Amino acid sequence: MSTLSDPPEGSFRLSMLLNDTRYRSLTLQAVAAIALALALYYLYSNLAANLRAAGLNISFSFLGSSAGYDINQTLIDYNSQSSNFKAAIVGILNTLLVAILACITATILGVFAGVLRLSNNWLVRKLMAGYVEIFRNIPVLIWIIIIFTILTAVMPGARAYLGEEPERGLIGGIFAFTNRGVYMPAPFFTNGFGGGEGSGLNWLMLIAVLVASFFGARAVTQSANRKQEATGVRPNTLLINLAIWLLPLVIFSLIFGLSWDMPDPLANRFNLQGGIQIGAPLIALWFALSIYTGAFIAENVRAGIQAVSNGQTEAAAALGLRPNRVMSLVVLPQALRVIIPPLISQYLNITKNSSLAIAVGYADITATLGGITLNQTGRAIECVLLLMLFYLVISLSISAVMNVYNNSMKLKER
Amino acid sequence: MSDTHEHSIAFVRTTEIAQQPAPLNAAGPVKWMRDNLFATWANALLTVAAAYVLFLLISSTLPWIWGGLWTTSSLSECREILQGQSAACFSVLTERWNQLLFGFKYPAEFYWRPTVALVLMFFALAPVLFFDLPRKLLIITALFPFAAYWLIWGGTIWTPLFAMLGFVVGYFVYARYVSNNFALGFFGGVAAAIVTWYLSGFIVSAIAPSQPLLAAVPSRDLGGFMLNLMLGLTCVSLSIPLGIALALGRQSSMPLIKWVCVIFIEFIRGVPLITLLFVASVMLAYFFPPEATVDLFLRVVIMITMFSAAYIAEVIRGGLAALPKGQYEAADSLGLDYAQAMRLIILPQALKISIPGIVNIAVGLFKDTTLVSVISMFDLVGMIRGPILASTDWNGVYWELLGFAAVLFFIVCYGISQYSQWLERRLATDHR
Amino acid sequence: MKKSIILGALTIAGLSAVAASAATVDDVKARGTLNCGVTTGLVGFAAPDANGEWVGFDVAVCRAVAAAVLGDATAVEFIPTTGKTRFTALSSGEIDLLARNTTWTFSRDTDLKFDFVGVNYYDGQGFLVPKALGVSSAKDLDGATVCIQTGTTTELNLADFFRANNISYEPVPIETNAEAIQQYLAGACDAYTTDASGLAASRATFETPGDHVILPEIVSKEPLGPVVRHGDNDWGDIVMWTLNALITAEELGVTSANVAEMVTSTTNPEVARLLGTEGDLGAMIGLDAEWAKRAIETQGNYGEIFAKNIGEETPIGLARGLNAQWTNGGLLYSPPFR
Repeated sequence: MSTLSDPPEGSFRLSMLLNDTRYRSLTLQAVAAIALALALYYLYSNLAANLRAAGLNISFSFLGSSAGYDINQTLIDYNSQSSNFKAAIVGILNTLLVAILACITATILGVFAGVLRLSNNWLVRKLMAGYVEIFRNIPVLIWIIIIFTILTAVMPGARAYLGEEPERGLIGGIFAFTNRGVYMPAPFFTNGFGGGEGSGLNWLMLIAVLVASFFGARAVTQSANRKQEATGVRPNTLLINLAIWLLPLVIFSLIFGLSWDMPDPLANRFNLQGGIQIGAPLIALWFALSIYTGAFIAENVRAGIQAVSNGQTEAAAALGLRPNRVMSLVVLPQALRVIIPPLISQYLNITKNSSLAIAVGYADITATLGGITLNQTGRAIECVLLLMLFYLVISLSISAVMNVYNNSMKLKER
Repeated sequence: MSDTHEHSIAFVRTTEIAQQPAPLNAAGPVKWMRDNLFATWANALLTVAAAYVLFLLISSTLPWIWGGLWTTSSLSECREILQGQSAACFSVLTERWNQLLFGFKYPAEFYWRPTVALVLMFFALAPVLFFDLPRKLLIITALFPFAAYWLIWGGTIWTPLFAMLGFVVGYFVYARYVSNNFALGFFGGVAAAIVTWYLSGFIVSAIAPSQPLLAAVPSRDLGGFMLNLMLGLTCVSLSIPLGIALALGRQSSMPLIKWVCVIFIEFIRGVPLITLLFVASVMLAYFFPPEATVDLFLRVVIMITMFSAAYIAEVIRGGLAALPKGQYEAADSLGLDYAQAMRLIILPQALKISIPGIVNIAVGLFKDTTLVSVISMFDLVGMIRGPILASTDWNGVYWELLGFAAVLFFIVCYGISQYSQWLERRLATDHR
Repeated sequence: MKKSIILGALTIAGLSAVAASAATVDDVKARGTLNCGVTTGLVGFAAPDANGEWVGFDVAVCRAVAAAVLGDATAVEFIPTTGKTRFTALSSGEIDLLARNTTWTFSRDTDLKFDFVGVNYYDGQGFLVPKALGVSSAKDLDGATVCIQTGTTTELNLADFFRANNISYEPVPIETNAEAIQQYLAGACDAYTTDASGLAASRATFETPGDHVILPEIVSKEPLGPVVRHGDNDWGDIVMWTLNALITAEELGVTSANVAEMVTSTTNPEVARLLGTEGDLGAMIGLDAEWAKRAIETQGNYGEIFAKNIGEETPIGLARGLNAQWTNGGLLYSPPFR
């Protein structure tokens, strides 16, 4: 059965493609599709012609061949014989490392500065305003370079710690702060499973133990909650929780012989050997991203707290809530709704800005795949495409997390 | 009765006491300090800590700045005069002043040209930034891009004139047909402008004098802070129309157009600017026709414009979404078509809401122009990291140069963000 | 001439150069300038001076080619390139000639489709260390932190050298020479490695150059030379023989000072052929007879260029070493002009 609005068969005229709103959007889209296809074809044909003229081709086989260069800060096993692909993985892990570190410290710094900007102490308020304005209004590249320069120019050289009678002793006997980075003890296990040296398996086991502790602690908290609801008295769970977290750790370390690899000032005439070294480029990038983004987060936090109307605080106080309860039960949950979405996009910015690692020689993905590998293989198009793909995947994942969060935090309006 | 009363009170004052100043600790600076600096113990501790931090900062930098040298000709000369004292060697700024501002290649005898363009820029921006100024001043704004192009790049004056002619022709075609149909007018105008430019490409090359009034300067000779300003201004102004188009496209009911816009915006926003600059420096050249080379400045402008357009599109989309649905329905019920509704009802309101956001994007973008130093362009940071620090005379002057760059960027960015706050207050026409 | 609309719009904006044909030499002549890719700044080889004029050893090669082809040594556009951008710039046609201490390697010559037309400097990768460190050989650098200027074959040579000697090191890759020097001088690295010529050039800018030594080991062969696109042999010939003309001129004793006089007075037939008074060598590569004379007149012969920019009299102070004429025990050996 045809409805009245359907035009009779055969009455279609060509002019309707333009004038009838039902067809016009189809026409427009068809035109757009053709234009888009033409534009893409134009670009593609240029690319093909240029590559043909230069005798080049697009090929990703360079990823499998050996990279040939060394990287100083790697999270996984890597040497100059490893493939370019592995070098890229090292870069990806380094990017994620500095991004996660910077996200944590930037959040802490930002929350502090944001809360202090609302302090009733005039000097502190102004100081924090100064911090926010100064760091927000100067490019992050300049900050990265300045902090890297501060690190290299102001910190003592590594050689000050070396030798039988060094100019400086290790701080607390275990730490060394030098212009090459921070040296500190590295934990390792002397006994592996079934005898022998400790291995990665030990660390996996350790994580399993920690996860078990987490669930144990949660069970205790829940039972305490139930008891509180039933009787109104909350049992003190602090000691039990402490035991649940610490005891398994202690037992685990004893069984597998946890020990510490100390930085050794005597092994070498150039550097401290052993322990963990956190390189100066990583520290510079980490600090610079933290304080730069911290200034933005401070503004978000301030706006979030100010967005909760005074009436909410007053109403909560009228209900008889104590000030810390007002903060934790009324103000903060509402402020977080405002703070978290921009906070997550700041995390995204940190990840993207970590690509400036190239300015200080930190081996992130831009410096390995987009830097040395690109230089050495000359495969510019392939490297840049892969680089963009990586950042795109990261960004889209973070956006997906943000969407899930936004949906769950949406005001339930009925 | 009155007797007893008189005796029970020893003294009755019959005149009012003159108003006394408040006690010293309840008014004036002391009270202010008590309220604002030492309200509680914790607060007092914070104050002392903050004051100590400030003292450290000032005591370490002020003597260094105060004792700075301004007239030596190399770092080693500075070191000789200072004899191991710690003080700044600002002479690098005085000696390389022109290089820091204009780059090392821009011909010295033409420095007046970008300077005039900069002064013109203030006149051109004024009517855009401050609505109270007479609208006639917008003529300067319209003429500014062409004048600035001619001043900075030089060459024959016919180039900017014909470029302008293209816009004028496009506008007349648009004005002629827009009353019938917006799409016809718009695309007709664009087509007319393109045809004009295409034809004038031949005319200009035919009539261009061999010795133009202003000598041509190739764009790779641009550099220094001028390059940052030019990139920032050009890309922001180009990206606003593009951003509006993308935002409208993303809101469109036509799935194809919507998805093209969504993919474009999300792609650009998902990658760091530096990878887009890599595209400009190592990839984009392959996408132009084989017989042509497009210079690096233009390639960078294309990529940065795309970058900022995606962000501006999101800001404008926020503005569009913030409008009450009633506005759209009201426009529909008046019988306005899409173009009219957008032009007359929706966009004026949505753009007004979006202006502070756009200004924020502009500040961010201006800061990001420093990234071009990574792809061997000599902007302010590139000049510092490259030629100046590499030269024999100034190898080792970091703080003075980096500090100078930081101060320059701070002045501009802080200025813009203060303007943005003023604008936000100014635009708040709703009743509170 | 095929011109698309987008290019029409770009051309009027003055920002696009439309080249007419595939032959580079015709493009250069039509354009009137030579687009020459150089480093972003390495004192002695290619760096802008205080007036913004490019000077240096590589720059002289560009100017010599411009003098030979266009008759004007100043008709050169210098385009600074980084290690990352130089190959794209060349293969996309943005530059006609890359004269940026680029090492001649197998894969660059073949896989990347370039032609190395000769060697203007025989270099090798070396190490710069502070004298106070008491290191006398690169093999003593076990466990040291080494700053690397990225973007050339440096990283690969370094990895190979340390692997071959089975010693460990910490690489610190730095993008620009100036920043690598900053790191090195602050003590953030124990050694700085790049081409030995670059080390000498950098050391010349130090406050106390005497406190630093270049270690005797040269860990790689770095034949540096001008590069052109593969397949355009006419253009490759011009660049190759311009370079050879400079080398031959030194061998035959033709200098910028005496070239004008030599043209008339020479009795040596090879000098006469070189300077275009005998035979028609210029026509064979599509240039006029005086092409080589102009190159030598404006830039000087190879020895003069070397002495002026990086020789022992300059702050950089490089000895001729491998870069002496073959007659003096060096490697410079130009094929004959006949």
